[in-house]
Amino acid sequence: MRVRALWLLAGLVVLGVLMMLSVAIGSRDVSWSEIMGGLGGSIDGLGQAAVAKRIPRTLLAMLVGAALAVAGCALQGVTRNPLADPGILGINMGASLAVLIGIVALRLVAPEHYIWIAIIGAGLASVFVYTVGSLGRGGATPLKLALAGAATAAALSSFTTAVVLPLNDVAGTFRSWQVGGVGGATYAAIGQVLPFLAIGFLVCLGSARALDTLALGDELAAGLGERVAVARVTSWIGAVVLCGAATAVAGPVVFVGLIVPHLCRLLIGVDHRWLMPASAIVGAGLLTASDVVGRIIARPSEVDVGIITAFIGAPVFIHIVRRQKVRAL
Amino acid sequence: MTTATIDLVVRTRTRRTQRRRVVMAILAVLILVVVATSLMVGHTFYPPGDVLRVILGEEVEGASFTVGVLRLPRVALAVVAGCCFGLGGSTFQTLLRNPLASPDIIGISLGASAAAAFGIVVLGLGQAEVAAFAILAGLGVALVVYGLSFRSGVVGTRLILIGIGMAAMLESAIAYILSKASEWDLQAALRWLAGSLNGATWGEVLPVVVALAVVGPLLLSRGSDLGAMRLGDDTAAGLGVRVERTRLLVIIAAVALIAFATSAAGPIAFVAFLSGPIAARVVGPGGSPLLPAAFVGILLVLVGDLCGQWLFASRYPVGVVTGVLGAPYLVYLIVRSNRTGASL
Repeated sequence: MRVRALWLLAGLVVLGVLMMLSVAIGSRDVSWSEIMGGLGGSIDGLGQAAVAKRIPRTLLAMLVGAALAVAGCALQGVTRNPLADPGILGINMGASLAVLIGIVALRLVAPEHYIWIAIIGAGLASVFVYTVGSLGRGGATPLKLALAGAATAAALSSFTTAVVLPLNDVAGTFRSWQVGGVGGATYAAIGQVLPFLAIGFLVCLGSARALDTLALGDELAAGLGERVAVARVTSWIGAVVLCGAATAVAGPVVFVGLIVPHLCRLLIGVDHRWLMPASAIVGAGLLTASDVVGRIIARPSEVDVGIITAFIGAPVFIHIVRRQKVRAL
Repeated sequence: MTTATIDLVVRTRTRRTQRRRVVMAILAVLILVVVATSLMVGHTFYPPGDVLRVILGEEVEGASFTVGVLRLPRVALAVVAGCCFGLGGSTFQTLLRNPLASPDIIGISLGASAAAAFGIVVLGLGQAEVAAFAILAGLGVALVVYGLSFRSGVVGTRLILIGIGMAAMLESAIAYILSKASEWDLQAALRWLAGSLNGATWGEVLPVVVALAVVGPLLLSRGSDLGAMRLGDDTAAGLGVRVERTRLLVIIAAVALIAFATSAAGPIAFVAFLSGPIAARVVGPGGSPLLPAAFVGILLVLVGDLCGQWLFASRYPVGVVTGVLGAPYLVYLIVRSNRTGASL
């Protein structure tokens, strides 16, 4: 108990430091006084203006990171599957295709308008992947789920290419969204997405206890008085809302939902009531850190967070696959 | 064994060989028909006589340029690339005993693509260097995926999952490179990445032809060894196959084919993945799947290119057509094997 609380506290401290770094570091070097001025809200001079622009960006990175991590945590709990992740379950690609359709057919232009359509796309894709992955003997094993997700993602991305290719004007807008970034963050976008994220967080946190019971197996959980189907659907919806909303504002950021819960489980164990908040903190920290790294390594240009997280996450994914016994796969 | 059983076995075998011959002949005729159609049909129609005279080297007004310079290299590239993808893909699928272990799913094509995108956009390389670069990268990725999935032997499923992880990383690398590309490079790179035969020249076709001529017979000659290895490594060793050596040789050969074809035509989506299963279905059981798969690959690319050019309001590169056709099949394959509880 005390150890877990200490870990959470340490996580918060690290997150605070990362926030400061994220505000202080960027293509433009700024002085201490400029940082203070920018934080105070004044935008006289380039340095202060740069700092003021970095604040919403930092906030968005934290929110998106926390949302994806909590969603991944919930999905891993619901599916009892270590490889469950918004990216692997095809949720990101579902949201991508939905957003593209929104851009092309409904002429949506601003990220905050994508939210609903992204959530719908994410929901449809996730249900499809899970259904395909759980057909046959043994239910949704990690292997079947990952394959179904990869296949669906490949299918969706083929359709996406087919739609984008002839449309030169849309290609640019969509590409820049698709890479996954928090660079274009505005307070307006954050305000639009915040209610969705808040609902998603609450739903996921609320189902933490149920997820613990579900981990014992469906029969045992039912025997303990848990309404299994209800618990499943609720936490699934919470996760889909979180991923969809996060994807709408930041593009498909991959692997955060996969690696953060694994890391947190190593640190504080498998109790979802602790795991969820810990994932939120670590996820926020991971994405903020990735964003800072992305700004440093390609100065004066930037590398978007989605790319950094892919390069951190893919090796972790490969490691998890390697560690699994073949039978379990 | 009674004479009746022996008779039955002989008859079944004869029927199989006959079916195989008939199907192969039909496939060959279809390929010829589609090749002829692609050469004749276009914005202007040229009768078969004109096309033949151009191929024989005579000067025909108009046709010499349209058919000889524009259409002929394009069709040639479609044929050799389709053949490479079909051969390479079905080799992998046979070797790893899993239809999902095709190079476009386990990241090999993506490795070549990422290298090519890097070469085009960042280094501004010419065609030949891009090709060489893509081939090296394809081989590199194949080796890394194979090495990472080696833990007291390679298991197909582990290799596929590790390949998927690798593919995710490569994909985001491609996305990054593209996000840095200028408008002009972007359009070119996007078309290439989708897999396209546009603007094919003899200069592009030639290396692929050479690769195919060198590696193709080598792969085909290993067909029976591969067939034995499908029964399991131990059985194959018992039948006199040098398993590890054959495996290494065959993998390198298949990757080389895929990488050469990719460097010329881009990663034409799912041709490598689709050819093997389709071929297995039309040819029926027994015999090596490699040559039928090569034929099916050629047909897929040719037909996909024809459809992409003329069927829709705007022209699509062939990879988009094969991708949209192939993706549902991929999902279907997974649904089916999950249902039957096959050895995924």
